[in-house]
Amino acid sequence: MTAKANDRSLESYRRMLRIRHFEDRAEAMHAAGEIPGSLHTYAGQEASGVGACMALRDEDYMVGTHRSHGHPIAKGAALRPLMAELLAKATGICKGKGGSMHLSDFKVGSLGETSIVGSGLPVAVGAALGSKLQGNDRVSLCFFGDGASNEGAFHEACNLAAVWKLPVIFLCENNGYAVSTPASAMVSVKDVAERAKAYSMPSAIVDGQDVEAVFEAVTEAVTRARTGGGPTFVETKTYRYADHAVNMGRILLDRGGEVDEWRQRDPITLYRRRLIESGVPEATLDDLENEVVAEVEDAITFGRESPYPTQEEAFDDVLSERLPIPAFLTA
Amino acid sequence: MARLTFLEAIQSAQFEEMKRDDKVFIMGEDIVCNVFGTTTNFVENFGLERVRDTPISENGFVGAGAGAAMVGMRPIVDVTLSSFLYPAMDQIVSIIAKSRYIYGGQARLPLVVRSCMFYGNSNAAQHSDRPYPMLMGVPGLKIIVPSGPRDMKGMLKAAIRDEDPVFCFEDATLWSGKEEVPDDPDFVVPIGKAEVKREGTDVSIFAIGGAVPMAMAAAKILAQDGISAEVVDPRTLSPLDRDAILKSARKTGRVVAVDPAHRTCSAASEIAAIVVEDAFDALRAPVVRVTTPDTHMPFSPVIEKALYPNKDRIIAAVRKVVGAPVPA
Repeated sequence: MTAKANDRSLESYRRMLRIRHFEDRAEAMHAAGEIPGSLHTYAGQEASGVGACMALRDEDYMVGTHRSHGHPIAKGAALRPLMAELLAKATGICKGKGGSMHLSDFKVGSLGETSIVGSGLPVAVGAALGSKLQGNDRVSLCFFGDGASNEGAFHEACNLAAVWKLPVIFLCENNGYAVSTPASAMVSVKDVAERAKAYSMPSAIVDGQDVEAVFEAVTEAVTRARTGGGPTFVETKTYRYADHAVNMGRILLDRGGEVDEWRQRDPITLYRRRLIESGVPEATLDDLENEVVAEVEDAITFGRESPYPTQEEAFDDVLSERLPIPAFLTA
Repeated sequence: MARLTFLEAIQSAQFEEMKRDDKVFIMGEDIVCNVFGTTTNFVENFGLERVRDTPISENGFVGAGAGAAMVGMRPIVDVTLSSFLYPAMDQIVSIIAKSRYIYGGQARLPLVVRSCMFYGNSNAAQHSDRPYPMLMGVPGLKIIVPSGPRDMKGMLKAAIRDEDPVFCFEDATLWSGKEEVPDDPDFVVPIGKAEVKREGTDVSIFAIGGAVPMAMAAAKILAQDGISAEVVDPRTLSPLDRDAILKSARKTGRVVAVDPAHRTCSAASEIAAIVVEDAFDALRAPVVRVTTPDTHMPFSPVIEKALYPNKDRIIAAVRKVVGAPVPA
């Protein structure tokens, strides 16, 4: 490994760990009643998000999904505003108005993490159109799942990006399930990437538990997009350890021994092994992990000590000017 | 000043704003062929990048408008007929209306979504919609329904310059009407402000879009009978100019609300509710709505035409609220 590659490798490892520790703590805090609403965790899919984002520049655009915690961390977002958002605080990245399904940090190029399945795809295409019209070389990467590939928005976005030859990377994180329904029963093709053919779009299928494999496939797609070659479809085969969401009714799924099987190929464990084999001292990785743990704890402390939004803030950012506050709230 | 039709006013507003700001571009179905005459000479002046035909993919290209706006462009998205907004409702409601809010103000969405209301010409139920009331129930959108070439040009220019998403509903019954329109490239009509189109003292007629010229014609006839009707055009339906509505209602004490939309939850219903809630003490008669009944629009012109508001229905409603006898 070159020194540069090593920097990238360690940063990939760091970001995957950030996601995992963030998610572990968030789940515990949710179970303890500290985080309201539902929680959609990304644990298990870290290599998919981090491998993809490491192939992007800071200023490149990214659009994600309801499973929103991993994407901004993968793109390099600070943890404090993300954790504060889960805790529904005014210092949250969305000022306490988004929550678990909408952790989107525009400072790292995010243009939203949207919870209507498939709805982010047209937005990513529009951002790429903006790049083209402005004559810059920013690319636009859109995360979505196997379930979204059955939405009309997916097909419309693919066709638009293809006919306009836009710099888009369609990154399908195929974790095998749309809420409770398996992709094998709901998607007409074995690999979602087969659908790229219908739009004359090059595609790749990669092991979503291998951060390097994802990085390489997305790097090729980004190069194509940046040099005017149009969109690419990349499917990562991955897995979420938790149910679709915590606290969303009875959608617990008996997945048999499947979870344990996938844990055998945990993306972080696999990558740690690989880094050690390539000569990175274990102590380096342990130190790095300790830093991440401290960082997550710091974010939690920050979130806990932050104020809640005031009632008036419910009327901010509906439009560019604050709406009038109704009398029953001011009396 | 130039005498322009409604469609020429749209063309002029778009042309001037695209000249003024290279972030403005237009996309939609059949833009390049200039299907309704609102993009005359656009390709020659701005090229095919900024004058962009789209596939028939309303959800896709309306959403792409949102994405382009988020990265600094000012798209004009032409959805041709307002009936075609329905396939794009996901992007309109979940992305365009809510992104600024759910991301705590991080997203900006300066885009205009234009569509015309193509009713009254035997196009049957799927091509004859006036759907702005549906969007009035969605926070985060501004909605304008200009009633003549002057307002059309000035409000569209204001919409293109606005920081928020603006939905512009263009009443096709107004297309051929001509009016003097200012040439000043910075002539804008502010969004959110109603206009009193005719002063009166006995009754306030609030009229939307294509109902405004009908209300003006009705007022003229009523004047001959000694009834002084004030005609108020809200022009913007979101946010409604409550102060202007209440001011006129308090002045005359009688209200008729005319709206080409379906009756239930129409803009007329909202105006009536505002008046009844906040100016009840000033009312001298019940508020009356003149709207399109809650049925679909049929193809046969013999049964379609009578369903919409017209001058005679407005006159009858006014006579009712002022207590004048309604001729048999």
